[in-house]
Amino acid sequence: MSGRTEISRRSFLKTSAAVGGGLVVGFFVPAGLGGRRALAQALSEGEGAGEGVGAGGAAPAVLPPANAFLRIGSDESVTVLLAHSEMGQGIWTTLPMLVNEELDADWARFRVEHAPAAAVYGSTAYHVQMTGGSTTTWSELDRYRQVGAVTRTLLVAAAAARWGVAPGDCRTDRGHVVCGERRASYGSLAEDAAKLPPPARVDLKPASDWKVIGRPTRRLDTPEKTTGRAQFGLDVRLPGLLTAVVARPPTFGGKVKSFDATAARAVPGVRAVVEIPAGVAVAGDHFWAAKRGRDALKVEWDEGPHAGIDSARIREDLRARARTAGVRAASGGDAARALAAGGPAGSAGVAGAAKIALVAEYSVPYLAHAPMEPLNCTVRRTAAGCEVWTGTQFQTVDQARVAEIFGLKPEQVSIHTTFLGGGFGRRANLASDFVAEAAQVARQLDQPVKLVWTRDDDIRGGYYRPLAVHRLEGTLDEHGAPLAWRQRIATQSILAGTPFTAMIKDGIDPTCVEGASDSPYVTAIPHHRVELHTVETGVPVLWWRSVGHTHTAFAVESFLDELAHAARRDPLELRRALLAKAPRVRAVLELAAEKAGWGSPPPPGRARGLAVHESFGSIVAQVAEVGVEGGQIRVHRVVVAVDCGICINPLGVRAQMESAVAFGLGAALHGQVTIERGRVVESNFHDYRILRLYEMPRVEVHIVESHEKPGGAGEPGTPPVAPAVANAVFALTGKRLRDLPFRLA
Amino acid sequence: MRLMVNGQEHEVAVPEDMPLLWVLRDVLGLTGTKFGCGMAQCGACTVLVDGKPLRSCVRPAASMTGQAITTIEGLSAHGEHPVQVAWAEVDVVQCGYCQSGQILAAVALLAAKPQPSDADIDAALGGNLCRCGTYQRIRGAVHRAAELMRS
Repeated sequence: MSGRTEISRRSFLKTSAAVGGGLVVGFFVPAGLGGRRALAQALSEGEGAGEGVGAGGAAPAVLPPANAFLRIGSDESVTVLLAHSEMGQGIWTTLPMLVNEELDADWARFRVEHAPAAAVYGSTAYHVQMTGGSTTTWSELDRYRQVGAVTRTLLVAAAAARWGVAPGDCRTDRGHVVCGERRASYGSLAEDAAKLPPPARVDLKPASDWKVIGRPTRRLDTPEKTTGRAQFGLDVRLPGLLTAVVARPPTFGGKVKSFDATAARAVPGVRAVVEIPAGVAVAGDHFWAAKRGRDALKVEWDEGPHAGIDSARIREDLRARARTAGVRAASGGDAARALAAGGPAGSAGVAGAAKIALVAEYSVPYLAHAPMEPLNCTVRRTAAGCEVWTGTQFQTVDQARVAEIFGLKPEQVSIHTTFLGGGFGRRANLASDFVAEAAQVARQLDQPVKLVWTRDDDIRGGYYRPLAVHRLEGTLDEHGAPLAWRQRIATQSILAGTPFTAMIKDGIDPTCVEGASDSPYVTAIPHHRVELHTVETGVPVLWWRSVGHTHTAFAVESFLDELAHAARRDPLELRRALLAKAPRVRAVLELAAEKAGWGSPPPPGRARGLAVHESFGSIVAQVAEVGVEGGQIRVHRVVVAVDCGICINPLGVRAQMESAVAFGLGAALHGQVTIERGRVVESNFHDYRILRLYEMPRVEVHIVESHEKPGGAGEPGTPPVAPAVANAVFALTGKRLRDLPFRLA
Repeated sequence: MRLMVNGQEHEVAVPEDMPLLWVLRDVLGLTGTKFGCGMAQCGACTVLVDGKPLRSCVRPAASMTGQAITTIEGLSAHGEHPVQVAWAEVDVVQCGYCQSGQILAAVALLAAKPQPSDADIDAALGGNLCRCGTYQRIRGAVHRAAELMRS
């Protein structure tokens, strides 16, 4: 993570003059090496990539050259281009921090922009341009610091040449190069620096010299987000822009049989009604015209093969499957034999003379992501190709999809990433659904079009966190130590049938079992086995903040709690014992327990529950303090301990922990998408409830000081919430909540 | 119809039933007011009308003639309203989409109750959803804004 970085071999990095004067530092993927392979190769060799596009990339002044990562303007501006999307997680601030750790510029001068879609901005973790898996900050730790280091080296070289001194005699001081009495600002050096060849290698500071990384830093996007100036996809305005909404079939996989647009066309402001694969689109002068037009449409639907879907029946089917053997995902010892020897199975809490056997089933429902900004995308055809404005987590995937729809090459499609009004995985859609719909409408019109999903479209339009059932069987030995653990998971695959199918190995989609098959608890039990049943239901599913961990953590941490209570052991003590070989996980759990006052009496009428879970490279433990008021669960306080390795921005990590608690708690208390007769029952925030202010517990966050490789921050706080609350409710009431969302009665 | 928005009068020709939200956004270009649910369930579309919070997604603009409408763009020239300052100090925002509505709801609360309790804040802003879960910081920022407004 520190030390010397070679950037020489393929000369991937080059500099150029900025439009309007200044320095651009970028990377590029060399011709002939081709997109993602070259990038992967370059990065695996620890190199950056890049050749600057000259000032000839001048076209519209708002567009940077397609390889820029950083621009130093003659006006002293420092502009960082994000290869990833800002969707609330705070990378608008953390990536510039990484740059400035090496650059030493004036923080007040920083500006941030989303990069366009191009191979050079491919994720160093996934090799497509995307934002997800809680990867952005750690995966960019080297690349963005390198950019800062290269730029600083060039600015120092420019100053040294100007003054006729050795670069080694110069230092930098917050946006200036200094040598003795001489001092020159970065902006005044930028044009000279742009003429210099990039350095063959740069030294990155050792962690002990870091001044920016680790310092609590407020967000850079606050000014625009508190004044209404921030541009989200829905805020895009263009001359002649039409707004479109789509009437979609009431069932998944349904199709238009026929439609009558007479009444829709008669609505004032409606300009066009066109059919697309997803349904019938009505385009008008503004949203209201399009929406009224859609209301007036008469569509006859072919409801397709999934008109009989019933989520309660799916749940029962999964329960039945989970009672039979599935495909092995992980195993150690002989769980089947140990369970058979463990006494009568089939009911919870049956104690033998020396042993205890437990069986329990847990279930979680389908969940919509429901970002506050409804899905939307704007497409404009141009002479050279087309332009797309959208808040997306999947730039190059969307670009390829739009190119395919228009019969263009991907590079003829410009993607302008706006701020995302939340994503949570929904805007990383493998089929680019909302983007494709906009392109399909725009292809049939002569005007640019903004396609907007209403909230009903969002809740009912699919791509849910999969419904899942876990059946757990376990035994305890005569000392109350877990002896056998069998976990059978039945759920849908997110990856099957997508471009990520190759990640499915030996019949196991890792997103179905992550957090169970690799759980330090499970693997520490002498006889353990995790199995998977993969079902197809016709319900479209997708990653939802923390993906498989959303249900595996609930099942694992709940069942562990059941075992602890059955053994009459303190839930913390049993966990500590099992985590003997996972000291980092154990330390996080202990920290949360200590800060929460575990072992001391809780306030009257309350009880505590705990859970710890590792995901996306970080470990999060939570202790929930819970009461029951008027028959409702009331979560008063959640103490969070997190070990995310090296913490780039503690203020941001705290925010993500608070955020994840709210997200997970909303799901635990309320979240549920129900399907009856093929139709989604819920439609808006009145029946698809998310957490509200008055339900928000006091959240206290404790960050473990760590020098380990950094992990993610966006997702890992979500998985422990539901089990921590369920375990607290059990401690308070004796009632074990095994189905989400929680119902006390 | 004539609408008074952020101290400026606008003459607009729109359908009688068109909600104020879409007139603000799609006709006047004031996109700081957000669309979240379309049925007064989330508060993203909150504006102030004569100082009181209003869900603009369900109220026809035609019913608003003659009333002083304030959107986030009209709250201050450069974000210097104490509530906006407090929001920055407390580092409230995440995705930011709901924050126009949150801020205007907080402004209305503080006008009515200059020293709100947590319970007052929960009650006044309970209808403003935030999917990023910035609620704890919102509470803190409302208290901070109250301090700033007192001094």
